[in-house]
Amino acid sequence: MFVLDQLWIIPALPLLGAALNGLAGKNWPQKRINAIGVGSTGLSFLAALEMVREFASLPAAQVPWVKSFFVWIVAGSFRADFALHVDQLTVVMVLVVTGVGWLIHIYSTGYMAHEGGYYRFFSYLNLFMFFMLILVLAANYALLFVGWEGVGLCSYLLIGFYFLKKSASDAGKKAFIVNRIGDFGFMLAMFLMFRHFGSLDFTRVFQIAGSYEPETAQLGFLTAIGLLMLAGATGKSAQIPLYVWLPDAMEGPTPVSALIHAATMVTAGVYVVARSSLIYTLAPAALLAVAIVGCATALFAATIGLVQNDIKRVLAYSTVSQLGYMFLACGVGAFWAGIFHLMTHAFFKALLFLGAGSVIHAMGGEQDIRKMGGLRKKIPATYWTMLAGTLAIAGAPLFSGFFSKDAILWKTASSVYLAPPYNRYLWAIGLGTAILTALYMFRMFFLTFFGEPRYDEQEVHVHESPRAMLAPLAVLAFLSVVGGLVGVPESLGGNDAIEHFLSPVFHSAEEKMPPVTAAHADKFSHDLEYWLMGAAVFGAAMGVFIAYRRFLAGKQARLAHTALGRGVGALLENKYYVDEFYDALVVQPLKWISTRVLWQAVDARGIDGAVNGAARAARAAGERARMLQSGNARSYAAWVVVGAAVFTTVLIWLVQ
Amino acid sequence: MVPASYYLLLSAVLFGLGVVAFVFKRNVITMFMAIELMLNAVNLAFVTFSRQLGTLDGQVFVLFVIVVAAAEAAVGLAIVMLIARNRQSLNVERVDLLKL
Repeated sequence: MFVLDQLWIIPALPLLGAALNGLAGKNWPQKRINAIGVGSTGLSFLAALEMVREFASLPAAQVPWVKSFFVWIVAGSFRADFALHVDQLTVVMVLVVTGVGWLIHIYSTGYMAHEGGYYRFFSYLNLFMFFMLILVLAANYALLFVGWEGVGLCSYLLIGFYFLKKSASDAGKKAFIVNRIGDFGFMLAMFLMFRHFGSLDFTRVFQIAGSYEPETAQLGFLTAIGLLMLAGATGKSAQIPLYVWLPDAMEGPTPVSALIHAATMVTAGVYVVARSSLIYTLAPAALLAVAIVGCATALFAATIGLVQNDIKRVLAYSTVSQLGYMFLACGVGAFWAGIFHLMTHAFFKALLFLGAGSVIHAMGGEQDIRKMGGLRKKIPATYWTMLAGTLAIAGAPLFSGFFSKDAILWKTASSVYLAPPYNRYLWAIGLGTAILTALYMFRMFFLTFFGEPRYDEQEVHVHESPRAMLAPLAVLAFLSVVGGLVGVPESLGGNDAIEHFLSPVFHSAEEKMPPVTAAHADKFSHDLEYWLMGAAVFGAAMGVFIAYRRFLAGKQARLAHTALGRGVGALLENKYYVDEFYDALVVQPLKWISTRVLWQAVDARGIDGAVNGAARAARAAGERARMLQSGNARSYAAWVVVGAAVFTTVLIWLVQ
Repeated sequence: MVPASYYLLLSAVLFGLGVVAFVFKRNVITMFMAIELMLNAVNLAFVTFSRQLGTLDGQVFVLFVIVVAAAEAAVGLAIVMLIARNRQSLNVERVDLLKL
């Protein structure tokens, strides 16, 4: 029970690494920085494995395992401990974070080898690991929020890693500010929670919430908490309407995109929704909002992904879209499916990003897929691992993405929350997104690896990446292929292992769901599941086929031919003008108010006026008063007499 | 017995003379003497009240005032000496280096 008793070790190791590299690493050789950066995360991963081993032998009565280390905040009746919490959901998250995080650290030693600020990079990366582990291990919302903000900070630091580049520092600021909008909602949710439950501890909140009935008749504070928390989650997890920062975040180094903006941090929103599953099942309206936001985002981002030409931006929109799937899963009450997809997505999306990094590395920094082509023969190891990741995300049968995506689509279709025909609508959008996913992923894949080279072979010397980069790719490729086997559905001869594993976490939430009637169970039988599964596979195959026809057979990098197609293409290429829309709706009015009202009126006239006015009045009074000091001793004498006379008069007047 | 009001009146007259001399005379020694006059006018008032109220408080105050006046005379006369030496004059109008 060593690690379970000393849970703080798991986050503390990366923190130590961050402190060592960050404070003292400036003049260290890369080998030492590597040893500390990779070693601390590796040890943290080992500690996490040991934690899982100990957790497995824990009696069910002791789950969730909560361990408080010190009292952190006491104010009135509010009390928050530095307490860590382990249950099945935490186990999945901690393993994903430390495992994938460690692989990405190893990869970074190869990818960042020729970059400046090497120690800074590893320090930030380790600091990110610390905050992310705090986020997933926290036993109350307050501590979770520390991790939540901390990962946001590290995200900002790492997006702006090349801070001399204006677009990079702008992107960092954008990510930070957009997240702040969501965090506002998250904080309000916490305040409401404290007001109604008197505590922010998970165990306490869920214990009290367990006695409530679902808010179906009218909307109450639980719905408010759910919606506000969703606002926070949309910021962190890049959902509509706050997704705009994630594509810009691709300005950061590629391992950062893989770790923070694909595998771990952006899934924090999904984690929070799943962690608060009980609150969401008690507030069906908020749950529906989660489903709609997720579904809309999935489709929306996938369509934008179709026309992006930057290899990392394709993956960024794909991440937004896949996160939409996870929200959709949570929104239809299948929290375990959301977490399952979170896990498989962490594998294949980290793989795809790292693979993209390997391609960029091979191309000497080129990110435009229109200027690639024919790389299959030149970088075979990257090609094969990327193929595994692309097949996984496209949902090719037996790959990890197939099982998790299929679980989400099936749960959407058969959800007890969605009355027909809405379940069909959401399922159809999910299926459409699956087709688009296969299409844009294979578009990217074909344009990168197949066809004729579209770069100058004299100038670009394509070379395979070093072993430090290929080894993590291989491990992640393996996980992308087999990772889905933990969730093979019953209908395919599996036993839904991950659903059963996570069921203790979502048990209390599921009790609050509407009961499954016999007619419902009858309607959504295995037969229907096979049909829907077949449709999804067929859709994915169709997506691949379209991509093949368009981008390989015809060697066309563009989607559009007709006038309508060109219009749609322009709309997509400009990302539906959402950035422009936000600029006109929020940024410009804010600038106007700041300049005209706050600066020129309030600050320049009001505040400066008051300050300068006070100074001017004091100076004018001084001008007058200084005349008293004439330098003439006899005038002083006169003043003394006058003063004494006035004083005496006042005294006499007071005495009477 | 002479009524107390007579003494007080004398004290007020002496004090008033002191004030007038202090404000209007230019000679620094005269001003100095005017200050002494005012102090002694106050002493007279103190003693009068002491006598009338039958307590010793006023007389104690007078002793203090005399001590302070002696100290003041020591410092003041030293200043007067320096002024005379530097300006070859006792006219306060000529001590005006701090003038605006």
